[in-house]
Amino acid sequence: MSRRTRAAVAGLIGVAAAALAVEAVVRLGWISPLIIAPPSSLPGAFGKLWVEGFVVQPFALTIGQAFAATSAAALAGIPCGYLLWRRPTLGTAYEPWIGAAFAAPTILLFPLFLVLFGRTYATTIFVGFLAAVIPVVLKTREAFLGVPRVLLDVGRSLRLSEAALVRRIAFPAAVPGIFTGLRLALIYALVNIIGMEFLIDFGGLGRIVSEMYFRYEIPGMYAAIFLIVAVSWTFLAALARLETWLRPR
Amino acid sequence: MAETALNSVARSSAAIGPTRTRITLTRVATVLALALIWEIVARSGLLYEDVVPPLGKVAQAFVALLVAPATYHHLGVTAWEVLAGFALGFLAGVAVGVPMGARRLFGDAVGPYVDGFATAPKIIFLPIAMLAFGIGIASKIALAALSAFFPVAIVTAAGVRQIDPVLVRVGRSFRLTGWQMATRIYLPAMRAAVVTSMRLGFGLAVVGTLLGEIKLSNAGLGFLANEHYSNFRIPELYAVLLLVFILAVGTNSLMSRLGRRRGVKAPAL
Repeated sequence: MSRRTRAAVAGLIGVAAAALAVEAVVRLGWISPLIIAPPSSLPGAFGKLWVEGFVVQPFALTIGQAFAATSAAALAGIPCGYLLWRRPTLGTAYEPWIGAAFAAPTILLFPLFLVLFGRTYATTIFVGFLAAVIPVVLKTREAFLGVPRVLLDVGRSLRLSEAALVRRIAFPAAVPGIFTGLRLALIYALVNIIGMEFLIDFGGLGRIVSEMYFRYEIPGMYAAIFLIVAVSWTFLAALARLETWLRPR
Repeated sequence: MAETALNSVARSSAAIGPTRTRITLTRVATVLALALIWEIVARSGLLYEDVVPPLGKVAQAFVALLVAPATYHHLGVTAWEVLAGFALGFLAGVAVGVPMGARRLFGDAVGPYVDGFATAPKIIFLPIAMLAFGIGIASKIALAALSAFFPVAIVTAAGVRQIDPVLVRVGRSFRLTGWQMATRIYLPAMRAAVVTSMRLGFGLAVVGTLLGEIKLSNAGLGFLANEHYSNFRIPELYAVLLLVFILAVGTNSLMSRLGRRRGVKAPAL
């Protein structure tokens, strides 16, 4: 058995043991089932969520918003990143600000967006957009800065115009770096949008957790939380794999 | 012709970058332009009154917020939640991260689950924390601890993996005790990881706490923001969020600066 398979089996055994322990603790009455749902109730709860339409449609809604936010971030962020590279004064002036904005918890400003846009998709998508646009700008600039000088020199020796130099050489060489920015953007948008949906009880997957909590359907709430963890993780893994696959070797 | 990246590269490698004065001018002009746009929008009547309040009103509300004694009560509650939650999350993160980095099988077995939960937005765990601990301080501490736990565990594991095996062999050849190995070999070699994990963990603990407070609480800066929002006191809401933002960004940059001053370089993840 390979090391990876052994690790995966060990991981599954660990999860099963933890689930059994939780089940036992709840059944023995040491912890109330109103605080921790017994793991045996989760498949049924997930089935109920599915039947009541709390899986497919909310999933599509959340993913749709994440893609909308990422597309808007790409449309705004790639030209901005390019501009910051083309105009070094702007690049040097704004780089520390954008770096600070990257680390700044913009989601904390959501009450302001609620005031501006109300409890609508504009708010959730805007929060996703804000989280997504910064890595796109930063990675686009980094990608252009990383274009090997020798490639540009080749273009210049062929007397390409500036526009052709960008179109034929700089941009294609920067594409893998820009893709990294888009990958990060999609994940940040997704996570922030789910968080927002929970916070304002609106939209897709995040809203389901909130709704189950207020209905006091504890197994349903746990099932929705695990669904979100699974969706976030699958997205992260799938995009990382896509990037490795697309990256030129 | 304007200075562009292409023509600056075209000149010799000693090409002079943008001057400090031009950079400062660009920054000042940007701030002024943004302030001007804000004022125009605020006074245009395009949006409902006070949705975008004039900057003067926000400044007034900010000053009023700073002199109000209640602010410091809420600040104290938030600070306690963040610190207690961060301390718990940090300890738990180190306790899980060290074996994840040191024992390959354990790291490979547990890693995917830690990564999976680390990616999900932590705020969705707030209902569990509230069921277990109520809507008071304890549930926010739990959420802060959970938010801090994942980056600490992941960065600590990466830090342990990056320790040069030669250092460990040197320690063993000197027959160091377990405690000596920990304090003389492992900890100094992991200093970078520890500082990075503290910065990331602390930042996320702040966000977790404040989001939890905004969603449902009875004290703290997030609660204060929610109170202003619910009563449509918009300049006051801007002032609280400004304070929250300054504190969050300030602590983050302070921690990165501390890390840099000690010559600490973050481990590559």
